[in-house]
Amino acid sequence: MSDETMNRREAVAKLLDTRNGALVVTGLGSPSYDVHAHGDTDDNYYLWGAMGGAALTGLGIAQAQPEKRVMVITGDGEMLMAFGALATISVAKPTNLDIIVLDNQHFGETGMQDSHTGKGINFATVAAACGFEQTREIRNLDGVDMLCKELQQPAKGPRLFVLKIKAENLPRSLPPRDATFIKNRFRAHLGFATC
Amino acid sequence: MSTVMASAPVKERDLDAEWPEAIYDTLKAADVRHMSYVPDAGHTTLINLFTADRGATSNVLTTEEEGIAVATGAWLGGKRSVVLMQSSGVGNCINMLSLPVQTRTPLLILVTMRGEWNEFNPWQVPMGQATQASLEAIGVTVLRAETGPDLVEIVEQAATMAYDADGQIAVLIGQRLLGKKKW
Repeated sequence: MSDETMNRREAVAKLLDTRNGALVVTGLGSPSYDVHAHGDTDDNYYLWGAMGGAALTGLGIAQAQPEKRVMVITGDGEMLMAFGALATISVAKPTNLDIIVLDNQHFGETGMQDSHTGKGINFATVAAACGFEQTREIRNLDGVDMLCKELQQPAKGPRLFVLKIKAENLPRSLPPRDATFIKNRFRAHLGFATC
Repeated sequence: MSTVMASAPVKERDLDAEWPEAIYDTLKAADVRHMSYVPDAGHTTLINLFTADRGATSNVLTTEEEGIAVATGAWLGGKRSVVLMQSSGVGNCINMLSLPVQTRTPLLILVTMRGEWNEFNPWQVPMGQATQASLEAIGVTVLRAETGPDLVEIVEQAATMAYDADGQIAVLIGQRLLGKKKW
């Protein structure tokens, strides 16, 4: 089995360059930094906590905004805490929700301890077993280019892709920590007034 | 005076028995079109009404904290959501509640209580006794109802506090109202 990995920021930049109006939700820690490093925009919703909540926040948005594509960008540790979410999302069957797991096989934020994905748990096959429409593991930037094209195509159900990235802590690019500001900015982007 | 659904085109209800139907009407009148749940016997009728409603989206969850994140996402996308759970599930939600609390996102949870009245299962007691304190500790406002008419009125105003006043509100439905679980 290949152990090739890619640079996380380059991979995320490709996904964001081709987001084409997609709403983006990020899991806490490095995925939030990766997305913010590419540019802070109104249609990014960053989590700074609530570990395990990214994919399901994405589900709620996807159900409320069926005409928009929602892309959740999170890490393997965050997604491991939401293992049951794969069942919930599969049953909900959104056709506009894509989950990108940036998988460095470690808990990077807390000292690079090995995570379950480094010990044999493969999110792509888990999601497939749950009934996700499309799942795949991707190990290089050429594969991400191909994925970006696929993501432009309409889906019949939820999709999940695992991007195997290098285990490294890059310089942090911190999104605003004011949670209500991010909420109100995101909702304003969709045309909703603040309270 | 309670002003329960003055516009509801239904006959006078016995709210101690038909509170689920009345709550459903109340939530629909408050424009709640999104619901997530972990089942509980006490929520059966409300779950059935929502899941049969083609104008509403319903999600069955594997664990209760999922509903907190889904409801937050629904609000981000412009929809009002309600989460249904049993008191045992409240304990599963605590850290996830930091999401709506810290973002000041409207949240309405309806909790059917166990472990507090005529309870036969000792394993329900610890979380039932800790439910209100746990919710308050993380910053959720707790309201309690012990009768059907009270419950319907409380849900109506809790919806206003949640969706209009950016509140995170849990309504606890007393076990005395729900009755003893039948096996």
